[in-house]
Amino acid sequence: MSELEEENRKTVSHSPKRAMMLSIIPGLGQFYNRRYFKGILFFVLIAAFLVVFGNFLNIGYWGLVTLGTMEGVDDSRMLLIQGIVSVILTAFAIVVYWLNLIDAKRDAEKIKEGWKVTTLREGFKNAWDKSFPYALVAPGFFMIIFVLILPLLFMVALAFTNYNIYNSPPKFLLSWVGMKNFFNVFSVPMWRNTFFSVLSWTIIWTLVATTLQVGLALFLAIIVNDKRIKFKKFIRTFLILPWAIPGFVSILTFAAMFNDQFGAVNNQLLAPLGITIPWLTDPLWTKVAIIFVEVWLGFAYVFALFTGVLQSVSSDWYEAAEVDGASKWQKFRNITLPHVLFASAPLLIMQYTGNFNNFNLIYLFNQGGPPVRGQTAGSTDIVISWVYKLTFDTLNYNMAAVISIILGVFVACIAFFQFRRTRSFKEGGTNG
Amino acid sequence: MNAKLKSRLEVAGIYLVIFIMFLVIIYPLLWVFGISLNPGTSMYSATIIPKNASIEHYKWLFTNQDSNYLLWYKNTLIVASAKTVLSLTVTLFVAYAFSRYNFVGRKNGLYVLMLIKIFPVLMGMVAIYILLNLVGLLDSLLGLTLVYVGTSIPTHAFLVKGYFDTIPRDLDEAAKIDGAGHFRIFFQIILPLAVPIVAVVALFNFMAPFMDFLLPRIVIRSPENYTLALGLFNLVNQEFGQNFTRFAAGSILIAVPIATVFLYFQRYLISGLTAGASKS
Repeated sequence: MSELEEENRKTVSHSPKRAMMLSIIPGLGQFYNRRYFKGILFFVLIAAFLVVFGNFLNIGYWGLVTLGTMEGVDDSRMLLIQGIVSVILTAFAIVVYWLNLIDAKRDAEKIKEGWKVTTLREGFKNAWDKSFPYALVAPGFFMIIFVLILPLLFMVALAFTNYNIYNSPPKFLLSWVGMKNFFNVFSVPMWRNTFFSVLSWTIIWTLVATTLQVGLALFLAIIVNDKRIKFKKFIRTFLILPWAIPGFVSILTFAAMFNDQFGAVNNQLLAPLGITIPWLTDPLWTKVAIIFVEVWLGFAYVFALFTGVLQSVSSDWYEAAEVDGASKWQKFRNITLPHVLFASAPLLIMQYTGNFNNFNLIYLFNQGGPPVRGQTAGSTDIVISWVYKLTFDTLNYNMAAVISIILGVFVACIAFFQFRRTRSFKEGGTNG
Repeated sequence: MNAKLKSRLEVAGIYLVIFIMFLVIIYPLLWVFGISLNPGTSMYSATIIPKNASIEHYKWLFTNQDSNYLLWYKNTLIVASAKTVLSLTVTLFVAYAFSRYNFVGRKNGLYVLMLIKIFPVLMGMVAIYILLNLVGLLDSLLGLTLVYVGTSIPTHAFLVKGYFDTIPRDLDEAAKIDGAGHFRIFFQIILPLAVPIVAVVALFNFMAPFMDFLLPRIVIRSPENYTLALGLFNLVNQEFGQNFTRFAAGSILIAVPIATVFLYFQRYLISGLTAGASKS
């Protein structure tokens, strides 16, 4: 009896707050909770982090702030990368530290409620169950951090430096210039004119090319789906062909076909009509050609998608509509179209954003040309291919980064709103 | 009678449209095939129906010592295989965790994936270049493979997660009660049911290095490490029109196997894509 009472008093006096406070030195709170193994683990983890990375972090943060002080010795790019890695490592450490605090508090709360500390073996099993999803995700996120997030952060950082062809490491040091590059895009006439002409063409290109693709694909999918049509399988396979052929092969083939002097379009298709069109040297005709090529390349994928969706539309609906005397147009407008758009909305958005950033086509077809006087971009350059040129041709790293950021924000906003709209559409739609 | 005639006209119209589409689709393909059979490397005299057809360019690709075609093919196969294995493993694990486990940070992790997916890889190219340089992986197939794996994860993880979500949870709950461990549930219950999407993602992974030209262009410098797309592009880009017949032959040899595989798996592709997307 007295033993139990004593036990009770002890559990009640166990304080989560104290456990958490103790864990300010990692592991101590766990010791207080009498979970010694866990305590040692936390302590070793954080101590090891400080010992191993201490020096690295020190240089990293110094580099991030100063970008190097000795011309020709310090490489600002390396220091910048080390700085960003330091920030990421610190973020990790903070998460682990935070987990350490929370863990101490939670265990203490459980003990207070009369929970007995488990055996080591049970503890292991628990830990394994709890950390299993993290173990699954870890390799993937590790790769994403180094291949995607780190480069993106690096690019964002470059936008605030003076990294261009005249001032490039390792020979020179970079320095932070604040928002100057962003102001330059809008205040220096050459940048402003190029930016707005490229942006407007990018938007026109995305809307026209993608909408034509989707329209053509929808039309073909519906007519091929007609019950009176035979050899459906063969027709469908054939129409998917452009999707199945590697893009760069078809694009380079088209580039050769549209060649002004020896291309097949001028020499064979248009020759009987006696016309020669400057496909690759006139801005307007290049744009027409590029849109045509993209429709050719991209409609097949959307067609395949729509065909898949159309087959899932129940024929009962059409029969019911026929009984009610609906016209073909009404059936299309009220049954087919909503169903198809509803089922494929996320993929269609991806199609639009994909074309917005369709670097391959623009670059391989005509390298963004023909060139325009007084601009750093060609007349068919979209934002992403302009960024490529700024980066790898004219080595204007800082401006390329600025434009990438503007582009990124733009695309992210559109995608975000679209996703939200389709979500709410879905929730209010037939699912409900 | 009138209705019948109208119906017939409609069907005829549909066939006509399909026929026109056939012509539009097949013309460039026949053209490039015809060009590849033209003797000589000049485009100026080449025609779609060659006067004296020969397969000299195909022979040239495989036998001439100036031709690196086989080497490029080998490089591409190495990258594609390594990428498929690595990327598939990592992607399946990530997707499984996000589909089946409720862990702290799950929601934020999903947001991060979704956000990352939006930004074009090209934006981080300078950093990838410098980073690979820093660790000595620039101009190597290993470096190229690793970048490929990293960039493919977000998109594919979403596709696979969407598919996993459609597999009923009762199945793994039942297995758990019977005492199956985490890996057992994954390998013996989830994976066999997810074969279509695994096939789709594996196929996408494998084919990407055959089609992509941008990443190798940035990562690879020396000709002996070229992949097919990069090698062929350089072949034709040095002097446009000069090597086009050879390029055409080389392209046909890539396009035919890829298109065949693609068309063969198209049903899986479409069902995998739509099932994954409508759920995400």
